[in-house]
Amino acid sequence: MIQLPEAGHSALVPAGPQARSVDRLWDGMYGTSIVVFVLVVGFLLYAALRRRPSDGVPIEGQVSRMLTAVVIATGLTIAVLFCFLVLDISVGSALSRTPSGATRIEVTGHQWWWEVKYPGARPGDQVITANEIHLPVGRPVTIELRSEDVIHSFWPPSLTGKRDLIPGKVTTVSFEADRPGVYRGQCAEYCGHQHAKMAFLVVAEPADRFGAWLARQRDTAVTPADTLARRGRDVFVSTTCAMCHAIEGTPAGSHVGPDLTHLMSRHTIAAGTLPNTRGWRAGWVADPQSIKPGTKMPPSDLSAGDLQAVLAYLETLR
Amino acid sequence: MPGDALAGRLTPAEHDAVRRLDQTWRQEPGFRGWLRSVDHKPIALRFLVTAFVFFLLGGLEAATMRAQLSRPENTLVGPDLYNQIFTMHGTTMMFLFAVPVMTAMGLYFVPLMIGTRNVAFPKLNAYGYWVYLFGGLFLYVSFFLNTGPDTGWFSYVPLAGPEFSPGKRVDVWAQTVTFTEIASLVGAVELIVTIFKNRAPGMTLNRMPLFVWAMLVHAFMILFAMPWIATASQMLAMDRLVATHYFNPAEGGDALLWQHLFWFFGHPEVYIIFVPALGFVSSMVSTFTRRPVFGYPAMVFSMVATAFLGFGLWVHHMFATGLPALSESFFTGSSIMIAIPSGVQIFCWIATIWYGRPRFTVPFLFVLGFVVLFIIGGFTGVMVASVPFDLQVHDTYFVVAHFHYVLIGGAVTPLLGAVYYWFPKITGRMMSERLGRWQFWLFFVGMNVTFFPMHWLGFRGMPRRVYTYLAETGWGGLNLTASAGAALIAISVVLFLINVVRSLRAGAPAGPDPWGGDTLEWATSSPPPPYSFAFLPVVGSREPLWEPGGMTVATGLRTDVREVLVTTLLDAAPDSTHRHPQPTIWPFVAAVGTAVTFITLIFTPWGVVIGFPMLFAAFTGWAWPRGDDHREQLMVDHAS
Repeated sequence: MIQLPEAGHSALVPAGPQARSVDRLWDGMYGTSIVVFVLVVGFLLYAALRRRPSDGVPIEGQVSRMLTAVVIATGLTIAVLFCFLVLDISVGSALSRTPSGATRIEVTGHQWWWEVKYPGARPGDQVITANEIHLPVGRPVTIELRSEDVIHSFWPPSLTGKRDLIPGKVTTVSFEADRPGVYRGQCAEYCGHQHAKMAFLVVAEPADRFGAWLARQRDTAVTPADTLARRGRDVFVSTTCAMCHAIEGTPAGSHVGPDLTHLMSRHTIAAGTLPNTRGWRAGWVADPQSIKPGTKMPPSDLSAGDLQAVLAYLETLR
Repeated sequence: MPGDALAGRLTPAEHDAVRRLDQTWRQEPGFRGWLRSVDHKPIALRFLVTAFVFFLLGGLEAATMRAQLSRPENTLVGPDLYNQIFTMHGTTMMFLFAVPVMTAMGLYFVPLMIGTRNVAFPKLNAYGYWVYLFGGLFLYVSFFLNTGPDTGWFSYVPLAGPEFSPGKRVDVWAQTVTFTEIASLVGAVELIVTIFKNRAPGMTLNRMPLFVWAMLVHAFMILFAMPWIATASQMLAMDRLVATHYFNPAEGGDALLWQHLFWFFGHPEVYIIFVPALGFVSSMVSTFTRRPVFGYPAMVFSMVATAFLGFGLWVHHMFATGLPALSESFFTGSSIMIAIPSGVQIFCWIATIWYGRPRFTVPFLFVLGFVVLFIIGGFTGVMVASVPFDLQVHDTYFVVAHFHYVLIGGAVTPLLGAVYYWFPKITGRMMSERLGRWQFWLFFVGMNVTFFPMHWLGFRGMPRRVYTYLAETGWGGLNLTASAGAALIAISVVLFLINVVRSLRAGAPAGPDPWGGDTLEWATSSPPPPYSFAFLPVVGSREPLWEPGGMTVATGLRTDVREVLVTTLLDAAPDSTHRHPQPTIWPFVAAVGTAVTFITLIFTPWGVVIGFPMLFAAFTGWAWPRGDDHREQLMVDHAS
């Protein structure tokens, strides 16, 4: 279990070349701004507070001095702004190039969770998961972004800037993680009731471990041996659970809500809102509305025994 | 007291003239008179007071949000209420406070500064106020009935469309916007025509005070920006009410179309709010340094340039939508360029202060505070013009910090200074300098404590418009700091209110010109009489009150009917006279009809059918020839 505080979640602590170049751009702009701020405010305060000699400069001289000063200050402003412009466009064009040979991932926004797909070479190879994106360190990835409902925005600050998910369009964002780690991201476009609780994790791991993870995700769920868990499976596929959730290898095949085939491999539930522990899973299944008011997941009317059985079954989904 | 500042040295004949003016321009007493008034001063004052009431309501909403966010996973307000509150805050501050308060300052002071007796179309002016008031009331009544809009002040589709926002909340937003657009457009037309056609004789365009230029630019920007949001909000209303599909991608509509239309209005909106503040600052700088602002042509040109460039940056709100990189570069260029005219104006003010003799009154403190805060907002503005940088900070608390520095620092700070500066003119009494200093420093410190940490919250991943956040994010400390700053701002606003109320009752009498200002509003008594000037000033320079020879006045306007002088556009040469209306109820009736139409339309398209006869009747009454006017006209003909 990875604790959230460890997850990188800052544009100023970059873990990839895209975020790093923006971090450097910020350093440059911040430094320049401080210098200019000190100069302008310094001149302002000095102009306001300076001791005024009683004889003073004659009006004609004042006007020509003021004119010179304003022209110089304006010229410097234009020069600094022009440097900013050149820097902005050069950094921007470097970042907007789409890398070749990138791993392709599809992310679809839903109110209020993220569906993640890894397309496979063959139909059976496709992997569907939710709210957690695994990717190989040191290799570029291109994420295709779609939305099922309203506009969302994909943003893992330690890795890259935002890209909107717009219904009726496909947008893409390409980036790379060059340090292994878990990075947090959160929806950045207001998308309704639970916009605040629509987070995700990006898990960047060495290529071999990523490959192994992807292979495991292709497995279908096995029918549990344990009787309680087996009862849970029966409850799951025969009640409202199956109307929204899919578990590969069972009759439950709906993709309205997150795919649960490998639920236990994920760090969080409820879109980065809760740690994926037994207690929180129980609380979430029993009464999601008190944790995330307005979520599309209805409160369950399972009996206590059925609830325990479903929870036991969910724990087998590794 | 009859007449104005000149009253002491009048001949008996002039005394008679002033007495007749008092009679002709008399305000009707009581509630009936209040409803029927067509004088720009009481109407603009109502506008100002109403806008400040909305400012307080928007402030209460902000305070609630800061309380909710002061610690992680706080449960003071839930998501449903929080989403309404932040939408109400944005909608209130942008549509019901910032734009109207600036227009209202113009409606009060432009006629005084250009030496005329009223705005060009007094009935229309009254209508504008009532429409604005009804729009604001409608929004707040809806909010208290739990039907407050909850899709943000920008109401992006498809979230604000019929599928994802059923119910009436978004309709309330769209119609409120329609109300305020009408009021803004009315204000803009008033300002433009008044400035172009009613200036005092001799006040050529290049002798107009910078304040008046700022208001002219403000009005023209409204004229070009507001129709876009009017169109867009009506398209949204039609998508929702009669199932058109302008913004529905499933039926060939486009979600991004809304964003283009909205921001083509929304970005100029920022400058619509900001440019009048430049006018306030120029007025205060020149009065409190006792010298004209340096570089008059550069100042005027900068404001006009800001207005033009302001229409060319809307796409920088849409960098994250994935538009082509080349087009984004153009908007980066224009967004950076707009810093130049702002810079020029700041340099000109500093130069003026440098060779002036500054007096550190409360308004002047606010001017200094404005420059400091606005520069910070300006820097972050240049930063977010950069596409790669913007993609990191867009829709985060960094941007919240940025535009609060621009709007509070760049517009509210000068506005508060302007209230201290012009309060004596409006009420005849001075505000307390001691309380004012306390207020300024609390405000200045509170502003920075609230908004500066937000830059870092943005970098650390905190998006805007979230009703709560997890403790694990580590955002608690900075949020608590910001909330503490908000408390300082709240105390400062309370001090301001105390100062206003106390000064109204017991402030020192101001006299016509307490600060030694250079513009014409200081040439009349405080508060000005309903006809503003007993004798119309004639202007020979940019600083008529600082002319060594004193003021000259024009005579010849009739005193027995409400008559104003119309002058030519460029040179302000006397051209003709214009008869102004008596108090009338019809603007109020027309506004009621407008409100009934708009509000009924939310529930049924039959609103048009219901509203049309009401409006037809109201505007017929409005335009009906008055018997009195008619008779007076005949008398004139007979006499001549």
